[in-house]
Amino acid sequence: MLPLLETEATHVSAQLILQQVANGIAKGSVYALIAVGYTMVYGVLQLINFAHGEVYMLGAYFSYYPAKWFGYVPESGEKPKVPLYIIGALFVGSMAACAAIGMLIERLAYRPLRNSSRLAALITAIGVSLFLQNAGQMVFGADPKGFPVFMDQHSVSLGPIELANTKLVIIVVAAVMMTGLHLFVQKTKPGAAMRACSFDMRTARLMGVNVDRTVAMTFALGSAMAAVGGVLVAMDQPRLTPLMGLLMGLKAFIAAVLGGIGSIPGAALGGLLLGVAESVVGTWSTTYAEAVAFIVLILVLLVKPSGLLGKSGREKV
Amino acid sequence: MGRMISILVVALAVVFGVNWFLDSFIDTYVVRVVNLCGISIILAVSLNVINGLCGQFSLGHAGFMAIGAYVSAYFTTTLRYFDEAQAKYVSVEPLLGGQWGFVPALIAGGLAAAVAGAVVGIPTLRLKGDYLAIATLGFGEIVTIMITNFEKIGGANGLPGLPAYSSTFWIYAFVVVVVMFSWYLQRSTFGRALIAIRENELAAEVMGIPASRMKVMAFIYGAFFAGIAGGLLGHLLQTISPATFNFMKSIEVVVMLVLGGLGSMTGAIVGAIVLTALPEALRDVESGIGLPGVRMVVYSLVLILLMIFRPQGVFGQKELSLKLLGRLIPGRRAKDSGGEE
Repeated sequence: MLPLLETEATHVSAQLILQQVANGIAKGSVYALIAVGYTMVYGVLQLINFAHGEVYMLGAYFSYYPAKWFGYVPESGEKPKVPLYIIGALFVGSMAACAAIGMLIERLAYRPLRNSSRLAALITAIGVSLFLQNAGQMVFGADPKGFPVFMDQHSVSLGPIELANTKLVIIVVAAVMMTGLHLFVQKTKPGAAMRACSFDMRTARLMGVNVDRTVAMTFALGSAMAAVGGVLVAMDQPRLTPLMGLLMGLKAFIAAVLGGIGSIPGAALGGLLLGVAESVVGTWSTTYAEAVAFIVLILVLLVKPSGLLGKSGREKV
Repeated sequence: MGRMISILVVALAVVFGVNWFLDSFIDTYVVRVVNLCGISIILAVSLNVINGLCGQFSLGHAGFMAIGAYVSAYFTTTLRYFDEAQAKYVSVEPLLGGQWGFVPALIAGGLAAAVAGAVVGIPTLRLKGDYLAIATLGFGEIVTIMITNFEKIGGANGLPGLPAYSSTFWIYAFVVVVVMFSWYLQRSTFGRALIAIRENELAAEVMGIPASRMKVMAFIYGAFFAGIAGGLLGHLLQTISPATFNFMKSIEVVVMLVLGGLGSMTGAIVGAIVLTALPEALRDVESGIGLPGVRMVVYSLVLILLMIFRPQGVFGQKELSLKLLGRLIPGRRAKDSGGEE
């Protein structure tokens, strides 16, 4: 079926596929970073936080303005040299701002609806998403913004494949963040509170867990992870638009469903698989690559709605 | 049945008169807004059957519209594309050219969308709530991506040159048809069955309602009229592209429904008119205060506030004119008060 099996082209194609897999891992790492936000919020509130993709968009913009403020726009030919602590500060600043936005969204839009129908909550989430997109277009302008170049872009060869150093940074940072989050949720007391809320919110409340604070923390953590994704993508593909979160958010949600909603390792796995699948299909057709996520979604929902690593048993579908 | 036909005839005569009046005396911009309102009404009323009556939250209405628009355009429009085998541009004459081919073409579009409705409805039946929403959204996206990849119908650039057949008469003729059908449907056994499924699917099944088949039927019904509306929109705009039918279009229709009140047909009509005409009216205000884009911000804020303070929409599940109707026609009061909850 695939034109890969022709004798002469095999070697080149296999190498090309490997290359695409590597690019897909970088792409999938970003999906994973955003998907954890969906998976944690869904685990606790059974709500698809449609506005999460917009938080990712805000994360990118929140680092864009300080980056411009610092004035690191290199002259042509000059190699950009930005101290590491500045880059770190950009990440931390954007994460903090997005965490605040995430908590604000939860407090203003979702908490008043905690006891009403799930449909009302879903429509509100769509409303918040629309609001952030359109407010973003008003405040930031609808035209695409180019992110200042922070890193001297070059490619690193790893065996048969070549990978841009920015993509390598994405993979490493995402892996570190995801591991950190996983440890936080599994090993600390606030993490245990989160797991308790996602297991059974009423019982958790009876056991003395401050549910409101835990939900707020879930939003803050998820939003901070999305912000990391936003800054990473902004540095890799410097093209910011207020609508950049829409499709990204949908695909990250699909990654969360694929991995099993409610599971953080699942979100990581789902993100990576989706990124790789998209990149590999993209070798043949970039437009069909856009359809991969949605086809995966429908297949997962039909065949194994609990996802790859999700717990079955609880009725979620 | 006889009364239904006489109402239909009278309504179509009124539409014909209104069409003549609008074309003769009213500004073309206003006529255009009126036409867009009509298309929105068809969309909102048809989606109301799926989302409102049956309670299956679908976000794929734009996908059905796209299918209807492209299929009907295929029958009415001369296609021009680059043929790789012959290495030259070729043009294909439409099968149903001319004014009289328009309605058959629309119906073909509707039927194609209905088939798609069955195709989506059957496998996604197992899904509920937000999972169904996201799966139907995925379906809509797949449709637009398929169209983008289909060069013969213009691909991503869209399909130009649709004949301008969508007159006020045809649009409102279909508005009359969809409103009448849905009104009778709501009061039929089928409509009651859909409401029963919405309220409690398990209980409905126990009462002997074949829930799966009913849900697919609701999808087919909604998709058929969405396809018609897509065809009408295509022949009004005269150029269609995958971007016309993106995910935002589905959301727009959902917002119309939610504003009026999910499950209320008159609510859907009011929601459709308000949300189609209001942005046009706000366009002037917007340029007046010099803040472009502010209407979409207001629009989304209204949606959020509505959900927080009045999640059932303006009309809830009630119908607008019922009490009024009962008072105006004394003989029907008893019948009506028994008919609605």
